[in-house]
Amino acid sequence: MLAVQQLESGYGESVILRNVTLKVKPGQAVCLLGRNGVGKTTLMKSVMGLLKARGGTVSYKGADLTKKAPGERAKNGIGYVPQGREIFAQLSVYENLLLGLEAAKGKARAVPEEAIAKFPALRSMYGRRGGDLSGGQQQQLAFVRALAAKPDLLLLDEPCEGIQPSIVDDIRGVIRSIKSESETAILLVEQSLDFAKSVGDYFYVLEKGAVAWEGDLESLDDEVIRKYLTV
Amino acid sequence: MDVYLLQLFNGLSISSILLLVALGLAITFGLMKVINMAHGELIMIGAYSTYLTQNLFNDYLPAQLFDWYFALAIPVSFGIAFVFGLVMEMSLIRFLYGRPLDSLLATWGVGLVLQQAARSIFGAPNVAVKSPAWLDGGLRIMDGTLLPYKRLFIIALVVVCLLAMYLYIYRSHEGRRMRAVMQNRDMAACLGVSTRRVDAMTFAIGSGIAGIAGCALTLMGPIGPSLGTYYIVDAFMVVVLGGVGKLAGTVLGATGIGMFNTLFEYWTNASLGKVLVFVCIVAFLQWKPMGLVAMRTRSLD
Repeated sequence: MLAVQQLESGYGESVILRNVTLKVKPGQAVCLLGRNGVGKTTLMKSVMGLLKARGGTVSYKGADLTKKAPGERAKNGIGYVPQGREIFAQLSVYENLLLGLEAAKGKARAVPEEAIAKFPALRSMYGRRGGDLSGGQQQQLAFVRALAAKPDLLLLDEPCEGIQPSIVDDIRGVIRSIKSESETAILLVEQSLDFAKSVGDYFYVLEKGAVAWEGDLESLDDEVIRKYLTV
Repeated sequence: MDVYLLQLFNGLSISSILLLVALGLAITFGLMKVINMAHGELIMIGAYSTYLTQNLFNDYLPAQLFDWYFALAIPVSFGIAFVFGLVMEMSLIRFLYGRPLDSLLATWGVGLVLQQAARSIFGAPNVAVKSPAWLDGGLRIMDGTLLPYKRLFIIALVVVCLLAMYLYIYRSHEGRRMRAVMQNRDMAACLGVSTRRVDAMTFAIGSGIAGIAGCALTLMGPIGPSLGTYYIVDAFMVVVLGGVGKLAGTVLGATGIGMFNTLFEYWTNASLGKVLVFVCIVAFLQWKPMGLVAMRTRSLD
């Protein structure tokens, strides 16, 4: 479904990703692992279109998206939960959710019930400003906002960063339910190996801006972890 | 007693004019952070649009309809300034986002060009716009105290503009997109908001409101090519004092400056009054650099 071919990308003069090739199939949860600074978030931003690719291609459902703007990609069915959540602080929670509908197909006017049902606690916060929520609440909001447009591919960039354990459990449950209920694919960046192992089907390990290892859950053994992930 | 009442009304009137002049800037500078030095010229364009509407009514329509030209002049001024703003944004401003100094210089240049264009088309001398007869005279509230209809009309116009802007920015779909883009451009783009379109519309609307201000200014006296330069400093003052990015701040800023201006002028004289107002603004901004209404939120830490 999502295919990244020999992607090269970076900020300004510095090249972060040199040669990344990966695939996400429908309904699959793919985890990106790697130490800090290997280019995981850069890859997410390049897939979303926030960073322009210098080389290589990003294609999605057979269409080439390499030159497309982020909005175009969102309308093609890619939902994005960025690192740091990026909630619109001055807008109310409900307005944040309505903005999630911008990329929805047709003329959706209300946040879909199945999206908000993932984190029902948000219902009681509709009138509050996004910026007044705690980190965990903002993360839930960012999740539902991305789900509102019913994406076929969900990009999750460190969804559990700085979140209390009970909400991490909720997020794990939500990712699992997305996998079981629909064909929505997930591309997840995660620091916690336990979390990644508990939801992932397939794993890529990045190192120095390139894919250093890839494989499924069984082959992700201690040797791989020692070699690429322990500090 | 009636002296104070009159001063209060004068203060309110000056506040309303300041607010009308600054409302457009509250969008282009306050929300979009574009230091738009051509804002005064957009006001001037609005004023000349009113002048043109008046002339067209004079030349082509029966005399009994003349008084209603002003009702049409308001949307016409808005429309023409809107189009100018749109063209400006698409041809120039869009390349200068995030470069405040460059946009300051560029828009100043645009302002000079527009001033000279007005001089070439309409001539350097001021032209008079004849106010409609229904705005002549005033409301007599007691002996010796007359509230001119023109000034009351401007106050009403400001209230209407403010209400329309509030509804647009805080209650409409377009307004929600606008606020989202101004707060977090990248994330808005990732959600599928067309940021280019929102930028262009926002700038154009701010320009259009400047046009309405120009239309209202024709009620206060003759207009000329350099009309805008008299108001640009005041407009920036109001927005900065009020707190950038907040509509309520702009209202407070305009009211504050207008009221104190009247008060100081009553106590001293016109020029000293103005100086005192500026001193107060500078002192206030030393104390509260963010202005009267500052944004406070966790996310800005």
